[in-house]
Amino acid sequence: MQTRVVSLWFPRLASDRALRAWPVDAPFALTLEQNNANRLYCLNQRAQQQGLHRGMSYSDARAFCANLQSRAADVSADQRFQRALARWATRYCPWVGTEGDDGLVLNITGAAHLFGGEAALLSDMRQRLTRAGLSVCIGLADTRGAAWGLAHYGEGCAAPGQTLNSIAALPMAALRLDDKTNVALQRLGLRRIADLAVLPRPTVTRRFGPEVLLRLDQALGDQPEQISPLSDPPHYGVRITLPDPIGLSADVMAGTQRLLEQLCAKLKAQEMGARILRLTLRRVDQTHQEVELRLARSLRDTARILPLFQRGVDRVDAGFGIDQLRLEATQVEALPLQQINHASTRKNEGLDDLITRLGARIGLENLQRFLPADSHIPERSFIIASAAYSAPAGPWVTMRPRPIRLFPPESIGGTGTRPPLHFRWRRMSLTTGRATGPERIAPEWWLSDENWRSGLRDYWKVDTRQGRRLWLFYTPQSPGWFVQGEFA
Amino acid sequence: MNNFDATYPLPKKYRLHEVCGPGALFFAFSLGARMGGPVLWVRERWQTDRMHPVGFSTFFDARNLLEATAKEQNEVLNVAEEALRSGSVSLVVMELRKPLSLTAGRRLQLAAKDGKTTALALISEGMGSNATETRWKCAPVFDPSDSTLQRWKLTKNKSGTLGVWDVRWDANARRIIVVSKTGE
Repeated sequence: MQTRVVSLWFPRLASDRALRAWPVDAPFALTLEQNNANRLYCLNQRAQQQGLHRGMSYSDARAFCANLQSRAADVSADQRFQRALARWATRYCPWVGTEGDDGLVLNITGAAHLFGGEAALLSDMRQRLTRAGLSVCIGLADTRGAAWGLAHYGEGCAAPGQTLNSIAALPMAALRLDDKTNVALQRLGLRRIADLAVLPRPTVTRRFGPEVLLRLDQALGDQPEQISPLSDPPHYGVRITLPDPIGLSADVMAGTQRLLEQLCAKLKAQEMGARILRLTLRRVDQTHQEVELRLARSLRDTARILPLFQRGVDRVDAGFGIDQLRLEATQVEALPLQQINHASTRKNEGLDDLITRLGARIGLENLQRFLPADSHIPERSFIIASAAYSAPAGPWVTMRPRPIRLFPPESIGGTGTRPPLHFRWRRMSLTTGRATGPERIAPEWWLSDENWRSGLRDYWKVDTRQGRRLWLFYTPQSPGWFVQGEFA
Repeated sequence: MNNFDATYPLPKKYRLHEVCGPGALFFAFSLGARMGGPVLWVRERWQTDRMHPVGFSTFFDARNLLEATAKEQNEVLNVAEEALRSGSVSLVVMELRKPLSLTAGRRLQLAAKDGKTTALALISEGMGSNATETRWKCAPVFDPSDSTLQRWKLTKNKSGTLGVWDVRWDANARRIIVVSKTGE
């Protein structure tokens, strides 16, 4: 069967991706720091019509086109998007590879009839991509080289066996030659592929080396060329099937250990660490029992993970016995290899394991730590973060004394702008001994907070004669006194 | 009168201690700072009163604090026991709402001994357990010249005498110092 190859070229992949998320009705460009200058990386059609081009410095572009809108380019997101497109393209055929950083190549041999022929397949492809907001140029030919040339310089479809006729009129650059060779060929008057094809081969090779004819042969199908499909993401799952069912938790743990060793070796080879592990135990009556383990830190160390499974395994009801164990890392994170030296600290390992075990008991989100935040509002001067997904941060800065304990404001009936001499709070009658203040804190107008609707607050530290040291505030805009905290 | 340095920081390490009164939080933080290392704080989830890290960072480095919120008291005790046994924190503080049963107190005591960790229970007044090693009652005291003065009363001590001390926080030395009584 004649091989048929589709080449897709997305001339504005990066800017189309950016505009899909936030459409802009104006000349638009993505900028990237290249060669010590902020340069245009990718631009939309309206910007191109204004005479801008890729690689132009951004300040020049602003001078040419005052209403140019721009954003910073995100190259890694573009790569991810290209891979996502490659995954999408497997709906047409299973053999999809990427071409450069803005194209795809599909081997549609024997797949076109599923979509009603090649023309229908191409129009379906074009329609779907256009609807997704991507501009695309499509080439179809017998070989990868010819399809690439057609996509970039002519956008056409070469009938089977008619490759040379279809690409003969294309410029020499359609052969995927480097710029230097291309210019040299132009100087000799070889402008089209047809001009090159008629030359005697030895003279071309002597003058330009094997590269030019290799590219020509690849385009014409005389030299084979591979399309490498995307590799599947690695699968982190292992299983063991037992000839006889087991029921003791020690046996299950021994089986789990074997699986963990395999899985950890796999993780180590990929430099990954498991974050969530799931152990599925199949019983002889074909039902399943699952043990899930959420780790406080990504791990791939059998000796550390295995004891953490103990609690979950003890709870499993083995019934008439378990005959298959399956262990899968359902969430993995990058965990690069690290040099072990005498200075490396191992003291936190115990704490991480404790977080994992407590997380299994009360939920990982209920283990928290405090992180400093930049705000004068007392409730917002710290963040509560999940301990498993954050690192301790600091230092903590206290400009003014702050209470050790905070509670929702509790009203005490007082009047006047100075703290009341006598007041009742939580069924205690208290007498002010010393008051320090006021410290005025204004609400953050950029964030709306129900509790701060009453406007400004004047905070006072009040030492009562009874001993308690309270944090009172007065709201001058809607007069009233409240207690919000207690000092040490 | 008992010597303060012999009693604080808690003499019998790796036991369960109790503290009550309005100054209990300050006692816990100063103890955590004195012991060094990570501190696990276990409390019930529904409580609206919460500690303010900016406030206690003067006494205790908030980077060392790990907070666990549990559904109810039994879970608090479960978490505390597990943490005590693991021995990877230096102090476990639990906020208790209901009196500790004799069994629970004993279990915590054993867990603390196994894991070589100190446990501190913050309790309401009159809710003390028999299993505890020492019980402290802490309250702030008004003093016109000093705003960190506290009265710490040792009301139960299984292995020593009781005592009362007036202490204050020395901000420069970052530690508790005892105020002598002769000034009164």
